Amino acid sequence: MNFRDYCLFLLVMAGVTYLLRAVPFVLLKGKIKSRFWRSFLAYVPYTVLAAMTVPAIFYSTDNKFSGACALLTAVVASLFGLGLVGVAVVACLTVLGIDGLMMVV
Amino acid sequence: MKFSNGVKDGLPIGLGYFAVSFSFGIAGSKLLSWPLVTLISMTNLTSAGQFAGLQIMADAAGTFIEMAIASFFINLRYSLMAISLSQKVAPSFGVGKRLLLATGITDEIYALAMSQNGPVTARYFVGLMVLPYIGWSSGTLCGAICGEILPSIVTNALGVALYGMFVAIVVPQMKAHLPTLVAVLIAIACSLAFKYVPALSGVTVGFAIIICALVASFIGAALFPVKDESDNVDQTKGEA
Repeated sequence: MNFRDYCLFLLVMAGVTYLLRAVPFVLLKGKIKSRFWRSFLAYVPYTVLAAMTVPAIFYSTDNKFSGACALLTAVVASLFGLGLVGVAVVACLTVLGIDGLMMVV
Repeated sequence: MKFSNGVKDGLPIGLGYFAVSFSFGIAGSKLLSWPLVTLISMTNLTSAGQFAGLQIMADAAGTFIEMAIASFFINLRYSLMAISLSQKVAPSFGVGKRLLLATGITDEIYALAMSQNGPVTARYFVGLMVLPYIGWSSGTLCGAICGEILPSIVTNALGVALYGMFVAIVVPQMKAHLPTLVAVLIAIACSLAFKYVPALSGVTVGFAIIICALVASFIGAALFPVKDESDNVDQTKGEA
């Protein structure tokens, strides 16, 4: 990607994100009445994060196996109640351990 | 409500943001130099949106239209927050101040502002967003620089940190709210299909994320509409 493309991508991303926040903040007074659209927007953050994580996490490391293991340990750690940073550390240690083992073996 | 109260309330958010955006910096350093990665965080202040943006930039077939549509749908929830926040702010919180401070509307800052007793003043809101903004920007800066310096076995390991945090946001909600579990599983199935079904593999990364999220959220909203504000899917533990 060249610098010009970067600038255009950044402009589009930052511009759209800003307008989504600023325009309703300034203009709109009422609440969204439709239960369907309120529900839809409530689900969006979670479905977006899920779609971005799987299967991308399998390809974020040197081999699919360590990425898949990281996903597994992260889910388990989260089910056991670990917070944001705790779960992230568990995922990192999993990859470090498995990639390290593979280098040795 | 004073500026200093806001700063105090914003401190824990700022610390959390530093950690999340550190991993964004690591992820970004694989594609861009550190000043360019940091600039993304300084101008966007949104983790899911930025990360999708990064994936679109990394995709050789990524287009500006795709970036616009992805940013729109992923960040659409901020419009919802902006609407409800606009009813919570003090009358003195005028148009100019709103235009200037709109960037501060993130899941966590919004949740804290809404939890205050009485109207939110511009002064308090600035205080509330200042440390999260600094934490978010400096976290990316540190992560991007570390990504350039550290050996690849370490950055690979750190690279999954962001995914780990995504898991930490989604899983507790799946556990607490069964319909979210269903919606998330639909999104994952859809996402796997775009990767592994040959007929669908021509779809670019950004559009795949958009379609997965829209389909899953649409089905979720149609089958399991959330009851009302108090019964809403909990967004207070969400990302930036």
